[in-house]
Amino acid sequence: MTRNARFIDERITLKYGTGGGAMRALIEQIFAKGLGDLGEGNIGLAAMDDGAAIRLGDRYLVITTDSHVVQPIVFPGGDIGKLAVAGTVNDLAMMGATDPLALTCAAIVEDGFSREMLKSIWESIRASCEEAGTTIVTGDTKVMGHGELDGLVLNTTGVGITDRIVTDAGLEPGDQILVTGTMGDHGLAIMATRNELALETELVSDVAPINAMVRRALEAGGDGIIALKDPTRGGLSSALHEMAEKSGVGIVIDEPSIPLRDEVRAVGELLGIDPLVSANEGKAVFGVRPESAAGVLDAIRSHPLGRNAAIVGECVAERPGFVVLDTGFGSRLLSEAEGELLPRIC
Amino acid sequence: MCLGVPGKVVDVDRDRNTATVDFWGVKKEVRLEVCDAPVAPGDYILNHVGFAIRRIPPEEAVETLALYDELLRLADDQ
Amino acid sequence: MRPNDALQQLKFRDPVRARALRDALERLVWRADHAPVSVMHVCGSHEQAIAKFGLRAAFPRDLQVIMGPGCPVCVTDVPEVDEAVALAKQGVRIASYGDMLRVPGTSQSLADAKADGAQVDVVYSVTQAVDLARDTDEELVFFASGFETTAVATAAVLLDDPPDNFSVLSAHKYIPPVMEIVAEMPETKIEGFLAAGHAATITGSAVFEKFVERHGLPVVVAGFEPLDVLAGLVRLLELINAGEAKVENAYPRCVTREGNAHAQELLWRVFRPTGGRWRGIAHVPNGNLRLRDEFAHYDTRKRFTIDASALWSYAPPKLVQQCQCGDIMAGIASPSDCALFGNECTPDTPVGACMVSAEGTCKIWHQYGGHPDLSSMKRGVA
Repeated sequence: MTRNARFIDERITLKYGTGGGAMRALIEQIFAKGLGDLGEGNIGLAAMDDGAAIRLGDRYLVITTDSHVVQPIVFPGGDIGKLAVAGTVNDLAMMGATDPLALTCAAIVEDGFSREMLKSIWESIRASCEEAGTTIVTGDTKVMGHGELDGLVLNTTGVGITDRIVTDAGLEPGDQILVTGTMGDHGLAIMATRNELALETELVSDVAPINAMVRRALEAGGDGIIALKDPTRGGLSSALHEMAEKSGVGIVIDEPSIPLRDEVRAVGELLGIDPLVSANEGKAVFGVRPESAAGVLDAIRSHPLGRNAAIVGECVAERPGFVVLDTGFGSRLLSEAEGELLPRIC
Repeated sequence: MCLGVPGKVVDVDRDRNTATVDFWGVKKEVRLEVCDAPVAPGDYILNHVGFAIRRIPPEEAVETLALYDELLRLADDQ
Repeated sequence: MRPNDALQQLKFRDPVRARALRDALERLVWRADHAPVSVMHVCGSHEQAIAKFGLRAAFPRDLQVIMGPGCPVCVTDVPEVDEAVALAKQGVRIASYGDMLRVPGTSQSLADAKADGAQVDVVYSVTQAVDLARDTDEELVFFASGFETTAVATAAVLLDDPPDNFSVLSAHKYIPPVMEIVAEMPETKIEGFLAAGHAATITGSAVFEKFVERHGLPVVVAGFEPLDVLAGLVRLLELINAGEAKVENAYPRCVTREGNAHAQELLWRVFRPTGGRWRGIAHVPNGNLRLRDEFAHYDTRKRFTIDASALWSYAPPKLVQQCQCGDIMAGIASPSDCALFGNECTPDTPVGACMVSAEGTCKIWHQYGGHPDLSSMKRGVA
């Protein structure tokens, strides 16, 4: 069975940044080689999880880092500042650390960048930190020559303490797959702003810190919650593929039950892009034991950021590592995005 | 070979020969030079690469569905 | 889909009707006096619809719905891609539809050229390419791919006197001639065609009447919603079982017998049909659309000397000769019969048309690890 074929190119191209099989191969073949092994009971680079976990006595120190490059820097529903905070806070929450201790923030600024713009981005960083119940304790600033980067790049790192680590593996046949809300909002909202497409829509990014919602779900579901993954780059498809691959299970998804906004469906139809490979920045995918599924779903729906949550599928023994989509008309293997999302005509 | 998406005409700009079309809540300007008939607000068009290539008479949509039901009835009889 | 959509878009995705049509298809295939029954569709968007709604897993096992050469991405031949890549590497700025970005030429795709620093812009419409040309005084070449439906948009733009720094590298194609080729393939098993609804919106269904008379094979013009595809196949099987060679229009909301006369007039005023090689098939007489002489001023091939030979310094891959896409498209071979399949020819290093196209037969077989069969993957409790 050929699955994510190992990618051996001499040069790193755009497809290595989409969150799919190519990126995972790159990490395995280069980045994790001889690094990241923290020994028994710890989680390092090789696990390719949303973050790392270091045992401290009977608790864990969780660390995660993320770089943010988004064009445009300000978009409907948020900006690069909100994205930088939410991205790292959510990755910590995906490991079970829902009370971030602190964040760092390193900025690389293009020569000539507007001071007013920087102030407003830091205003939204402050607001997002407050919403997530954390703050920025250290950072770094670099300025590069004009034209050497696209305005601004932000890297954030987060640390948190947790008693229990939730990985993105460990699923078994029968476990239920749950998404905390509508899929594809961020990726297609960004795509719709590209002026030359001249689309007029109220579609906004879903970018938001979801640690409080995840905390509520963990309190309700406890050990019944087996796996957590935020479906950012590569969308729901890449998140599900990683969960299926790491747990060695197949996943069958009931497509009609996946919550989608009308505008996301419309922009997807117009541009020929599947919302299931479009990024989300304020959502999570839960893998839950059958008996805990209902309780976890209610807990998530009780939170404003989780009101559209739904159970969308389950794990099966057949075709480990594959994700099958039951479309209501038939079924197909869900594929991962190849390279950046591009509008299609055919 | 051609991604065609139906939408509802909301407004027509005669001198620019374009129409504003609503696709399930997303509005987009579409060019009319290639359309097979004049369009007015309320009409449906088929959009391909930003051009309206067909005015879709609403009753045609109903007729196609009736065609499918007819097919089913015939298939059941055989 | 908002339920109150007057066009009842939802109705064309109604699973209950779909299951009923699928059962009808099962009965018709069972009643055919032979198995498998092989039909062909010649359209990438049909394949996208079949794949997107998972219809392939719902088709009766003895019904082979074969993807013919209908997707502009996979039939655009290597020399055409090489021309665009060569220009990009000569420093000329190229605008192209997203579909063509990753299609490999002899040695590189436009995406590879972009990674080398070439200026390549992806556009949603030819109108955008003209806007890009207006915003700059350097040359802007539009790599124009797609069939007659898309070529009409290029024609409309060229008749709207675009700026002088704008030119068109036409890789447009015309469908009807290639159906002749496939129908005349010696041992083809194809018994009927599903014709593309949106191309027929332009050309009209009449364009297939001569074909049906000549080859005695039924043609049904179909749309792209699940019900459209299933109803089109039901109608096609009925014609096959009854031995009737006819053209039927199962997409009346968009297709008429004469088609969009105004669009046809624009198309043939700007383009002329000429022979050309389609990737993985053969020479298709009148299959390519090139600019007429009156539009030489906007013809990239007249404006630039395109040096694609630099790309051929790596000998054109001998692999292409071993590629069986032509037979696969004629329904007389399947991907596993091809020595290159899964070896030299993979989704990342595609050789023939059926592996290049996102939904080509070989691409699907490679992804599914063999004949795409998911019947075993049933969910327990919903």
